[in-house]
Amino acid sequence: MKAVRIGAGLGFYGDSWRPVRASIERGGVQYVASDHLSELTLAILQKDRQKDPSAGYARDALPMLLELWPLAAPRGVKFVMNAGGLNPEGLRAALAAAFRAKAWKARIATVSGDSVIERLDELRAAGEALAHMDSGADIEDVRERLLFANAYLGAQPIAEALARGADIVLTGRVADAALSLGPLAHELGWRWDDWDRLAQGLTVGHLLECSGQASGGNFGSALEWAKIPDLLHLGYPIAEVSADGAALLTKAPGTGGRVSFDTLRQQLLYEVHDPHAYVSPDVVLDMGTLRLEDLGDERVRVTGAAGAPRPAKLKIVAGYHDGWMGTGMIGFSWPDAYRKCEAGAAIIRALVAEHGLPVEDTRVEYVGYDSLLGANADPACREQLNECFLRMTVRSREKRAAEAFARLFPWLGLSGPPYAGGFHGIERAKELLGVWPTLAAREQIEPHVSVSVEDA
Amino acid sequence: MRVPLWRIAHARSGDKADRADIGLFAYDAATYAVLKREVTRERVAAHFAALARGPVEIYPLDNLLALKIVLDGALEGGAARSLRMDNLGKNVAAALLRMEIEAPETLPRLAASG
Repeated sequence: MKAVRIGAGLGFYGDSWRPVRASIERGGVQYVASDHLSELTLAILQKDRQKDPSAGYARDALPMLLELWPLAAPRGVKFVMNAGGLNPEGLRAALAAAFRAKAWKARIATVSGDSVIERLDELRAAGEALAHMDSGADIEDVRERLLFANAYLGAQPIAEALARGADIVLTGRVADAALSLGPLAHELGWRWDDWDRLAQGLTVGHLLECSGQASGGNFGSALEWAKIPDLLHLGYPIAEVSADGAALLTKAPGTGGRVSFDTLRQQLLYEVHDPHAYVSPDVVLDMGTLRLEDLGDERVRVTGAAGAPRPAKLKIVAGYHDGWMGTGMIGFSWPDAYRKCEAGAAIIRALVAEHGLPVEDTRVEYVGYDSLLGANADPACREQLNECFLRMTVRSREKRAAEAFARLFPWLGLSGPPYAGGFHGIERAKELLGVWPTLAAREQIEPHVSVSVEDA
Repeated sequence: MRVPLWRIAHARSGDKADRADIGLFAYDAATYAVLKREVTRERVAAHFAALARGPVEIYPLDNLLALKIVLDGALEGGAARSLRMDNLGKNVAAALLRMEIEAPETLPRLAASG
């Protein structure tokens, strides 16, 4: 039976492609599926594009391909990446220029049409309310502050690009798992209504889309994480999928990390809500019948996905400006580390009031005590801390106020509680972003999707 | 006996919009049966009373010896507008592993560690 091997590329914008080398050189992968876009990444790319209209794509794609293409090309390895962001054509132009300079040849495809920010009036006129998926709020509430709005496309345009001979497929926003499902459907000749096979493909894509999280990275546990071998040389997950949909999850020989029942099931449920209805543009997956058989030796067989027909509506995620965050941080050592942080927080709060800074929310966190665990931190630890950092954040509509807040902190160094340290400059105000998930009929989106394939 | 979840289970959490989601995984089938009985929506909601504003959903998955737990309204409206250090909710799973439940001391991991 025909089978195809896909390796995980990046799991987010800023992830490392170092482990992808082993997947190409020793893992026998035919495709690398690389995810560069988190929910927030498009906001970063939008700012890039405002400064430079030729930008707006994930910048790491270029150095990644310049390093990996010489390994991939002789082996026929292809890349599917959503690094196109808001400007797949821009990335292709940059890539083509870089490839030409090195006299490298490749067929590079783009998939576009996911961005709907210019089409919101048209969508509304066509009867799409674009109300917030969870709260039901009206999009007019945030309309003027929108920075981007992109539909999650499915695997079909990716499969089409590959059918037209693409070596590198650059998309904008697509469902993360579509980066794998596209090549699987293309290679294995799956029909787009073969729901159970598509569900297997979606499972594989979901397992690969967070890179090292399916091979022993971020193994959420007490003590057990330390038994995962050689995280430094962790191998990214690889899936070998046969035409009937059965998948074998593994990683390149000689790499660190672990592919096991335990590491895979952590990733399987990651950022999934109803596991019996995991919705993608191509199929709805029920995980309740999946079988994960740990065969040992870094191999897990995955079968049994059940698929239901694809949804009539596609998900759109828009992002809108939601004010500014000001941050201040200062550390105190023993004695009385926590109490000194508390005293510092009280002083800062009073100063905010005294200066009349227009802040909406103020948050106080004690780094070393509760900044990650919040109210679930154990108060018994509080009085014995060797040291503790006070971190305070505010939300303001005004950037100026967020900046002014950060400037309140240095004064504590000489005139506040004793034994302060770790102050290394004033943090810039950070733009906050609200996320607006909504739905629209696929008929309103898909006719605008285009696939273009060109020789670089 | 009272047992913190970290002794008998592992967990990973993530975010989507304003929801934090946790996968809680038993190391063995006997423990899964206990988790399914003891880790209830009410107990999880009480454990995260200060974090999550919305309701708690729990989906048991017998095939994975796992519970999928979803906390609504737990991320200040979403990671990108949150003021929190843990804006992505990655540590919500760690907080869950501190929850204590009633479990028989005969469970494999408890018997092994004594």
